[in-house]
Amino acid sequence: MIPAPFDYVRPSSLEEAVSALADAGEDAKVLSGGQSLLPLLRLRLAYPSVLVDIGRLPELRGIRDEDGHVLIGAATTHDEVLRSPIVHAECPLVALATATVADPAVRHRGTFGGSLAHGDPAGDLPAVAVALDMEFVVHSPSGERVVAARDFFLDYLETALGPGEVLAAVRVPKLGEGWGFHYEKFHRTAQAWATVGVAAAVRVSGGAGGGPRRVEEARVALTNMGPTPVRATQVEAACAGVELNGSATGYAAATPNGAGPGAGLDTRNGCGPGGGHSALREASAAAAEGTSPPADLHGSPEYRRHLARVLTHRALLSATTPA
Amino acid sequence: MARITVTVDGVTYEEEVEPRLLLVHLLRDRLGKTGTPIGCDTSNCGACTVMLDGTSVKSCSVLAVQADGCDVLTIEGLAEGDRWHPLQRAFHEEHALQCGYCTPGMIMAALDLLRDDPDPSDEAIRHGLEGNLCRCTGYSNIVRAVRRGAQTMSGDAEAVRGR
Ligand SMILES: Cc1cc2nc3c(=O)[nH]c(=O)nc-3n(C[C@H](O)[C@H](O)[C@H](O)COP(=O)(O)OP(=O)(O)OC[C@H]3O[C@@H](n4cnc5c(N)ncnc54)[C@H](O)[C@@H]3O)c2cc1C
Ligand code: FES
Ligand code: FES
Repeated sequence: MIPAPFDYVRPSSLEEAVSALADAGEDAKVLSGGQSLLPLLRLRLAYPSVLVDIGRLPELRGIRDEDGHVLIGAATTHDEVLRSPIVHAECPLVALATATVADPAVRHRGTFGGSLAHGDPAGDLPAVAVALDMEFVVHSPSGERVVAARDFFLDYLETALGPGEVLAAVRVPKLGEGWGFHYEKFHRTAQAWATVGVAAAVRVSGGAGGGPRRVEEARVALTNMGPTPVRATQVEAACAGVELNGSATGYAAATPNGAGPGAGLDTRNGCGPGGGHSALREASAAAAEGTSPPADLHGSPEYRRHLARVLTHRALLSATTPA
Repeated sequence: MARITVTVDGVTYEEEVEPRLLLVHLLRDRLGKTGTPIGCDTSNCGACTVMLDGTSVKSCSVLAVQADGCDVLTIEGLAEGDRWHPLQRAFHEEHALQCGYCTPGMIMAALDLLRDDPDPSDEAIRHGLEGNLCRCTGYSNIVRAVRRGAQTMSGDAEAVRGR
């Protein structure tokens, strides 16, 4: 369908964008990559009066390695994120999740900031944002403010961004040594949104001659298990202190092709060898606690709760597998 | 109305457009470039894929005003006179189409893939074409065609750029 009419402005700076939004009033909308907004306009599910196009603003694009964090400009495309050596080195979880977003053509247009500002709980990046405690740098006519990821996502398609506010950049804290990462996404067709997704970051000590490998700290966040991304805090608590049994531990090491001790069992479901496995599986059992997953064509809430437990276990196994 | 300048398949156009005009409608309805079809209302099918400043995009999900100052390459810009582009020939020779509706988008997405990965594995081809749906072929011949096209194109920088 053809979108309803609207006006269009393409400001040449962030400052101009902010004032254009203020002038345009409540029904104005920011346009970044347009990969969520244009489908909505085409289906006539949104009727903005004005679109303020920030997609080309140089000051909103690019990735910088800064002290203690990586700064990702809001209008940086998914494709640019995936090509960034800084992202791969300093915040690989962002790359792992971004690689599962949509398809190449959508990733050429869609932006990092747009995915977060859209506030879709089925989006893959919001869960990563809460798992990594990202900070959102927001601009408005009254200046700049910084919002923590945990305070950013308020409800289904609703964020802390007020009318007239522009997300300028996101700070992704660097976690330092010893962390492993994984994003586990379950979807039914290529290019589809997550039925459920799990972002995991796990810090493991020991190994390679330094004693038994042990989970020191875990961060787990869930995609599409409620109107906002959620941290699985009970899982995180249960993971701390789990001992991972040497070489038998981890997703890759778990009975390749079903040969070995756990033959015939899906070791990814935690039936395989090793105390670390069963402890991580036990920890994953709490993954659906306190969630309110949606019911839709892709699954019932009960099915999603089941997925959350299974996928959390897989994500933890992968994140604790030595590289 | 907004005034925009776009280059499409090597020809520069100046157009007065409504902001809500989609790039695909500019191409088809204003410039007569009906080689680029529209297959869905949800940005899913990829039939409308074109190159915008050298990377693939779904032209149903870009506003014409967003393409202001940009260079667009459509399926119609690939052949040189009567000489088909290697990917066009490969799709023909490998029987990679039945109704042909998805073909322009498939070829443009394949061109994008080969820019990055001139010798892709079958798996890389399947991933690279993830945003393009085909209702007819079952994809196997499409994968074969992309592989054959890649072989013909290897060493031919012009073909890789889409010229
Ligand atoms: C076929 C298809 C499949 C997809 N699959 C996935 C998927 O699997 N996983 C996934 O995570 N996403 C998926 N997406 C969405 C994609 O990631 C989009 O890029 C993203 O959701 C929105 O980014 P955008 O830059 O295109 O934002 P836009 O569409 O431009 O904007 C989206 C919303 O955010 C607001 N906004 C954008 N930027 C800002 C800003 N800087 N400040 C304030 N407000 C802002 C806009 O006003 C609008 O309301 C898919 C999209 C398509 C078309
Ligand atoms: S027409 Fe289907 S993706 Fe553009
Ligand atoms: S050939 Fe008919 S849709 Fe692909």
